[in-house]
Parts: sequence; C-alpha cells; structure tokens
Amino acid sequence: MSTPTRVGASVTEAPTAAPDGSAPRRAGVSPTRPKPFTPWLFLLPYLALFTVFVIVPSVFGLWISLHEWDYTLPNKPFVGGENYAELFDPNSVNSGSFWTSMRATGIFTLFSVPLLLVLPLLVALLMNKSFPGRNFFRAVYFAPYVLGVAVVGLLWRYLLDNNIGLVNYYLGLFGLPDDTAWTTSVPAAWVALVGVTVWWTLGFNAVIYLAALQDIPGELYEAASVDGANAWQKFRNVTLPGLRPILTFVTINTLIASANMFGQSYIITQGAPGRETRTAIYQIAETGLRNFQMGDAAAMSYVLTFFLMIISVVVFWLFREKKEKPVADESATAQSGGIR
Amino acid sequence: MGKRLRFTRFMQGAAIAAVGALALAGCSGQGGAESAGGEFTGEYDGPEVTLQYWNGFTGGDGPFMQQMVDDFMAEHDNIKIESTTQDWADFYQKLPAAVTAGEGPDVGVMHLDQLSTMAARNVIVPVDDLAEELDLSADDFTEEVWDAGVYQDARYGIPLDVHSLAMYYNTDHFAAAGITEPPTDEASFQEALDKLTAAGFQTPFWMPALWPGHLMELSLIWQGGGEPYSEDGSEATFDSEEGVAGLTWMRSMVDEGYSPSDVAIDAQYIAFKNGETSITWDGIWQINDLTESGLPFAAAPVPAIGGEAAVWANSHNFFLPRQAQADANKANAAKVFIAWMSENSAEWAGAGMIPARESVRDAALEGTVQQPIADQIDTMRFLPAVPGLGPVQAETLEVAVADGVLGKASPEEALTREADRATKLMEENLEKFGG
Repeated sequence: MSTPTRVGASVTEAPTAAPDGSAPRRAGVSPTRPKPFTPWLFLLPYLALFTVFVIVPSVFGLWISLHEWDYTLPNKPFVGGENYAELFDPNSVNSGSFWTSMRATGIFTLFSVPLLLVLPLLVALLMNKSFPGRNFFRAVYFAPYVLGVAVVGLLWRYLLDNNIGLVNYYLGLFGLPDDTAWTTSVPAAWVALVGVTVWWTLGFNAVIYLAALQDIPGELYEAASVDGANAWQKFRNVTLPGLRPILTFVTINTLIASANMFGQSYIITQGAPGRETRTAIYQIAETGLRNFQMGDAAAMSYVLTFFLMIISVVVFWLFREKKEKPVADESATAQSGGIR
Repeated sequence: MGKRLRFTRFMQGAAIAAVGALALAGCSGQGGAESAGGEFTGEYDGPEVTLQYWNGFTGGDGPFMQQMVDDFMAEHDNIKIESTTQDWADFYQKLPAAVTAGEGPDVGVMHLDQLSTMAARNVIVPVDDLAEELDLSADDFTEEVWDAGVYQDARYGIPLDVHSLAMYYNTDHFAAAGITEPPTDEASFQEALDKLTAAGFQTPFWMPALWPGHLMELSLIWQGGGEPYSEDGSEATFDSEEGVAGLTWMRSMVDEGYSPSDVAIDAQYIAFKNGETSITWDGIWQINDLTESGLPFAAAPVPAIGGEAAVWANSHNFFLPRQAQADANKANAAKVFIAWMSENSAEWAGAGMIPARESVRDAALEGTVQQPIADQIDTMRFLPAVPGLGPVQAETLEVAVADGVLGKASPEEALTREADRATKLMEENLEKFGG
C-alpha cells in the first residue's frame, strides 16, 4: 500500500534535483528516478498469483453461473440468469435448501462473531499482564488453532456424542442434564458448533489483540493514571481507542471466517438434524462438487458473496463513523488493503 | 510416513506415466473412444508397463487387495501395478476430474451403483469384449449383479464381489438372554429384543439416524415388496406405503425404548463394539474390524421385517477409464489384470466380502463369518442403473430417514417431502444425461 505513495513523493522531488546536473541527459530526469513501471514490477509476483487464483476464477465463475454446467459433459447449455432466478423461486429444487443453509450460516455468524470478538480480547488483556507462567498460558490458548479442522471436528464429534461422548458423561457426574443431543438436535448443535469454533480459533484473534495491546504506548496509561483514571476508565479511553484500527480487521476477518464455516458442520453434525446445520458453503460444495450442478453452485456462491459484500460495507461504515481521529481513520483504510 | 511413502510412489508413477506417454506419443495406436485398447487376446506379452490402479479400499479390506495385487505382479513380470487408495467419497469426486484432465488411472474399482453415472459422464468405457473373452456370463454371477453393470446396452463393470447389509449380534448377550437362533422375521426379532431387554440389556438395538440408516430403509422397502425408485429413473417412489412402513418401524425402535434417541454418526457401531448394544445392522465389510476388536459376535442375514427376505447390497466392479492417450499395451495389460483378479477373487473373501463369481464363491466362503449372509445372495437387491442417482439419494432419502428417525417429522411427511425433491432432481438428471 505504501510503495506507490513513496514513489509519488520522489517523483515530485526529481525536478529540484535536475538543475544541478550539467550532463547532456534529458533535463528533469534523475538517474535514480524510478521508472514508471517500477511499482508494477514490485507488484508483479503477487499480482500474477492474484490474477491466476482470484480474478480469473471469479470471472470464470460468473460465466459458469450462467450455464447448466457439468464439466464432465460436453454439453453445457447457456441458461442466462436462470440459475439465479431458481434460487429465488420457492418451487425450485435448490432454493429451499439454499436458503435454509444461508439461514444456518446467518445463525452461526450471529452467535460466533460476538463471542470471537469479546472472549479473545479478555484473554489478550489477561495475557498482557505479567505473571509467572505467562508464556505457557499464551501457548495454551493459541494451541488449538494449529490443529486442522478435520482433527478438531473428529475430536469433538466423539466428545460431543450424546450417547457415548465424554461431555455428557462429565455433565452427568456433576448432576447436570446428561442427555443433550449435541450433534443431532438444534439449538444444542448450534451451541456445540459455536463452542467448538470459539475454542478452536480464539487463539488467533487473541494473538492479534495482544500485538495491538503491546503497541499502545505506556505513556498514555501513565498520563491517564496521573489524571486519576481508574482501571475501567483506562480501558474505555486508552485501550479501546488504541485497538480501534485492529478491531476493523478482526471484525471483518472473523465475520468472513464465520460466514465461510464448513468443516465443523461437515464433520461434527453432517448437517444434522436434517439439513439444519448445513451452512451455505456446505450446500454449495454438495451442489457443485457432489451433484456436479456447477452452474447452480456458482450462482449460490455469487449470492453469498453479495451478502458478504453488503455486510463488509456495513462494518466499514460502522467503524468509520467517528471521524474526530484522522489517525485511526487512516489506519483503518490501510487495513482495508490488508484484508485480502 | 505411510502417507509420504504413498505420495512418492504416486510421483514415481506419474513420472513413469509421463515418460511413457512421451515415448508413445509418436506411435500411439488408434484405441478409439468406444473401447479401450485394440483386440484383447487374453494375454499380455508386450513390453513392460506400469498400470495406475485406483481404488477406495481404505479399511480392513485394503491389505487383502494389496496382497492380491502383489500376487498378480509375482505372476506377471511385465506388468507393474501402482495402487492409489483413497476414500470412496473423494474417489468419486476426483475420478471424473482426473480422467477429464487425462490424468486418470489405467484401471480401477468402483461401486456398481456408480457405473451408470460414470458411463454417462464418459469417464469409463465398455468392457463387453473383455467379458466375452473371459467367457463371463450371468451364469457365473447372480443375475441382479450382472445385469446392473449394463448401461444403455453396454457392459461397464466386471464384478469382483457383492457386499450387503448384515445383522451383527453379540453372542454373549444372546446367550445370556437365552436366544439360540438369530431372528429371521419381525416376530422373532421382536421376541429377541424383548428377551434381551428382560435380560438387562436396556437398549439392545440402537437406531442410527445417519449412515447406514438409509440402507436399512431401502432394505425394508424391498422387503415390503416396494421399489425406492422407478426403473427408468424418472421418479422416486420411496414415499410409498412400504417406505412409510419401513421408516415407521425404524422410529418405533426409538419410541419403544429399544434404542436411545438421537443416535449420532457411528455411535451405534461404537456402542456395539463396546458391548453396549446387542444388535446392529451394518455392512459385511466391517467383519474384520469387529473380529480384530475381540468382540464375541456373529453375523446373520438382515431379518425380513417387512415380509419377504430382501437386503440392500452393492458390488465392487472393475472398470476401464477413458484415457486421453489411448495406449493399446496398457489397455491390454489392464484387461489381463482384471481377468486375473476376477479368477482369483477367493482371496478377497478374507476382506469380509462375498466373491461375485459362483465358481469361486462356495469354496472361498467355507467357514467365514459372512457365509450365512452369502447363502442368501439371491435376496440381495441393488439400486437401478440410473445415472446421478447416488448424489440424489444422499440429498433426499438420507435426509428423510434422518428426520424420521430423529422424530423431527413424521415418517410420511419426511418421505413425501424428500421424494418430491428427489423426483425433481431425477428429472433434471434425465434431461442432463438423456441427450
């Protein structure tokens, strides 16, 4: 993000350097002046990857979504907007299950995002204190994040099993209800899926928060102390504003990760009961990769993307609302570039 | 370690295949798209070839398959087999992609109910000439298995085995409850459940909401004399009277307390392995796993709850994929491989399967756990050869059975709703594959 800015700055400096040179080269051109394609060269390695793996597939996906597309069949008839229209036609085969899955994604996101924003912050605040064994605990909280979704899913699928799982067994030992069907009934399945996801990814957000906390200058806290601020006031007026730039990133990132939830429900509940915990990505994968209805699946993806874009815009708008601090605002803009 | 080993082998195989493809690019024979290779002579005496062999035997059946492959290679100096084994679910997703990209195997094994789908997708080629050359005919196979390998008048698979659902029971529990003979119909099954409950086995028959619940439901439909799908693939009929009766019976096991509610994925099987439940219906391919666990168990045919004896079954079939580079040598070697494996399928009984060939079957099964099930091979029922049916079933019947067993919807409501959906999907498929 910052490279083009610097290039721009040296361009404006160049003319002032030119009069010194008496050599016969073109006036106004410094020998060290960057060529116009320099920024593009710097961008090239990533741009190439970005083009091949993001731009081309998304444009191609749009093309696929306009067809009845099965890549194993020679005949891929063009159907125009029919795949999209079908999603909004309650009588079609795919619309019911698609909107159920969108609802499932919505429920999951609604409950997991607030928890994944607040709990890691609390953990980060704790880990920012100095106490014996701090590094150990930092590692412990981050540890689940290094596990793959398959490991986490299988592990919890057996732990949460309502008839043979350890979770219900221990609940029973403590005299709590021990017959909750964690993986086959709602809302218990949602509690389980959100709980597992929080346990699994909490460490990631906590580490980002922790890094941001360590960036807040100590002098601010000292100044606040001198002004007689108590702990809550310091948190409210020093810590939170200091975290503002990172909050946008964490929020968007968590939102998108939650909206893309797939592995947990695929492995732990297999969408049970019925199709209720089948998320949008799950449904898209089933439609496109198992049923080979790639046109429909691509259309579903674009509808999901559309919703995610709206939500992202809303989040940016929320975090940009207060404009009295231009510094925070600028950092937020910089973050927007980093989210990809 | 194992994974890395397999990967390197895969890479080696890929390299060899690539070199082979280059060498043959100049002089590649005209194999034709219709059938792989040229005239099949029954023997292969050409130059040394390496065949990529794909299968999905990831469980207790894997070592037996490897043993057969090793035996084959010991007898055939000029044919080397590189096996790639992956989960069936992945297998069916990857195979069309790999073949379309020209990176597919030279020979492989797939389930009978996938043949028509893969044939319609132009992933596999007919093997009629091979069946003819081997003198294979319906006489040596059960008619149902043999006929189900035909799609649009061409044969696409050479059956290796048949495998069905079976009733496993804990012999200690049965002895304690005073049951001497495994139940065979609804009355005796009910009696067995009551005796087991009376003997202190509180939940003797756990009813799974997911796998293999839909296979139980299919069996019950056939037992009642119904059909889950119309033969021509135009309609789902699992919401028939027989279907509702079947699912109602499954749910009644929960309502009457023989099964706990909300049995999650695999829980019924693990409970059976742990001796927590006395009876479970599962595939015969689990025999080795159960034997290894040391559980005192036996297997019997699934009782005829719905009336006549019938049980869901499937079959592993050898197939030849369509290859971008038609290589007559490889195609012929692959046919030799299939022929040999079919003739020597006795070894395969060790994997808990039932060899498909009658001439091999009886001797191979003598004294095995699956023998009582194999005796009822004539009651085994297979899904019709309708392209795209597998995914449709996963999307509809499985959901209906899950909803019915969990009690989220009445059996009738769940089945009717999902059968409507299934019919729509099947109509779409007919249109897609029909043209």
